[in-house]
Amino acid sequence: MKFVAVTACPTGIAHTYMAAEALEQAATAAGHEIAVETQGSAGSAPLGADDIAAADAVVFAADVDVRDRERFADKPQVTAGVKAAINDAAALIEQATTAVRSGVAPAEAGREAGTHAGTEAESAGVPESAPSAAEPERAVEAHTGAGTRVRQWLMTGVSYMIPFVAAGGILIAIAFLIGGAEIAAVVDGGDFRGVHYDGISDPSDLLGEAGIAGVLFKVGSTAFDMLVPVLSGFIAFGMADRPGIAPGIVGGLLASAIGAGFLGGLVSGLLAGFVVMGLKRIRVPRGVAGVMPVVVIPLVACFVVGLLMLVVVGEPIAAAQSGMTDWLAGLSGGTAWLLGGLLGLMMAFDTGGPVNKVAYTFGIAALASGDTVIMAAVMAAGMTPPLGLALATVVRGRLFTRAERDAGKAAWLLGLSFITEGAIPFAAADPLRVIPSLMAGSATTGALVVAFGATSPAPHGGIWVLGLVGSPLLYLVAVAAGMVVTCGCLVAAKSFLGRRERPARRDDPAGAPVHGLVGARQG
Amino acid sequence: MAELITAELVDLDLHGSDREEVTADLAKRLAGAGRVGDLDGFLADLREREAQMPTGIEGGIGIPHARSAHVTEPTLGFGRSESGVDFGASDGPAHLIFLIAAPEGGGDEHLTVLGALARRLMHQSFRQSLLDASDAESVVRLVREEVFGQ
Repeated sequence: MKFVAVTACPTGIAHTYMAAEALEQAATAAGHEIAVETQGSAGSAPLGADDIAAADAVVFAADVDVRDRERFADKPQVTAGVKAAINDAAALIEQATTAVRSGVAPAEAGREAGTHAGTEAESAGVPESAPSAAEPERAVEAHTGAGTRVRQWLMTGVSYMIPFVAAGGILIAIAFLIGGAEIAAVVDGGDFRGVHYDGISDPSDLLGEAGIAGVLFKVGSTAFDMLVPVLSGFIAFGMADRPGIAPGIVGGLLASAIGAGFLGGLVSGLLAGFVVMGLKRIRVPRGVAGVMPVVVIPLVACFVVGLLMLVVVGEPIAAAQSGMTDWLAGLSGGTAWLLGGLLGLMMAFDTGGPVNKVAYTFGIAALASGDTVIMAAVMAAGMTPPLGLALATVVRGRLFTRAERDAGKAAWLLGLSFITEGAIPFAAADPLRVIPSLMAGSATTGALVVAFGATSPAPHGGIWVLGLVGSPLLYLVAVAAGMVVTCGCLVAAKSFLGRRERPARRDDPAGAPVHGLVGARQG
Repeated sequence: MAELITAELVDLDLHGSDREEVTADLAKRLAGAGRVGDLDGFLADLREREAQMPTGIEGGIGIPHARSAHVTEPTLGFGRSESGVDFGASDGPAHLIFLIAAPEGGGDEHLTVLGALARRLMHQSFRQSLLDASDAESVVRLVREEVFGQ
């Protein structure tokens, strides 16, 4: 028989090539022909179209996503980790032979064989450009439990989102530095310290009316508008390959439109991924197969995801927001520092999402009625999350991936500028441990600010409006305290919760004890 | 391009008992030969790679490796351990340890060499020759013959 294979590993300098060699040896030994594409660091010579056309089956030996997997869509597939190929390539070749002989439909063949090898790789391949350190972090490990797989998908989305967070956040911070905290109101419209701005609707007026700071702010906030769509789109991409991008991005845009924030983006991305993965399972005649990934799948998936986001997710969120707003208003007469702590919890819960927005709007409303303490608590609590995370990446760098450590560097500036979104890459990659840590820190900060009686007449600007803040030193103490609490909670959570070494077992040839650096609980 | 491996990068009698230790021993040789700038930084990169998935493979082989900004030349460090060191392979400890260091922005031809080396590791005859090699010079000669065919 004739086979084609693709090998790929995280570093791309050793296992990729060893697996290729092992597969070639095993295929030849069993009297078959094989052509292997090594997707490693030394660049890969893609398989020829003839080779693929002539192949009876395809073997994927990969711990990272296989690029351009669609090329093999109509072949029986065997999927395993690189180590399975290195340790027992003969078994994979045997499985490929069986898959061809049994005439199983492509998708099932891949799944059965994959499960058999103990390395089920549900995640469809992600086409990637050549791997290098500058590339977004890639999903490592294409097998094992559901928790790990979900984390890989989230990491794929996060890694593509980080450049938007860093570029947009820093541009906005610089805009505040140059143009003062009112620049947001000047560009987008709104009130700042009693002055009403109409905003600038025509982008060509920006430079003239708001100066370079206005331009910086507009560019930065445009990058920020892309956070949720990119996160969502590339989560779906990590799950379902290229056909996932369109429904993922559309779902993410709708998540933004309904104010669902990045948690909404996680939902829409996963939703889009699952819908596309499901659609890919449907068996169609070969003639139709060609237009499936380009037309049919994105069309159906966009509609399904969009409908769900607007109707099923959107309306409850709007209802919950108005409920929370009323509830907060009812608490206004109660213990003040408790209210500060509660607002802190809300600010950190979804960093830019619906709950955060309710808390922030509450702060703005308080400001409008002359209460500058609540605004100070809200702003300080919104500065804490990126700062606490940045601190954690410095204190315990090994708990974070390289991409996260880089995001941590930008997070200092973002936190200081009250750009809470700097926390999103961390929260999206590992929500269960990051979000509670952020909430603990921001609650501390919010409660302390109110207890100290610090005030802020400015609704944004972070450290750059410190000159306007009343009791600025105590205000900074509150921020620092929350930052330390977040850092401490997160380091503890990442060190002790849900990261467990699992001994490699004989029946688990690709057995990998530790899956990545921000591992959720295995399987 | 500098030699992939030289005699000073070979240690036929590794004493370390765990993978951190033997990896560090070999890495020190690389640093001593000027192939690695910041030893601690390089070790951190190796640990990060190792944490993703252990690099031991069946047949008694450990291949700690990393692409690292601290590496100046693509380099192979080679060590043999009589007692064996656990590298996470399912069939027992590793006796042949290959420390593969690749520079972060290495050009294609550098990485092609490492790819060729990795492929040779899958050949039983090559492994056996390395197990039998009597001194560092013969290891260097073996690698040169196998990888470069010269």
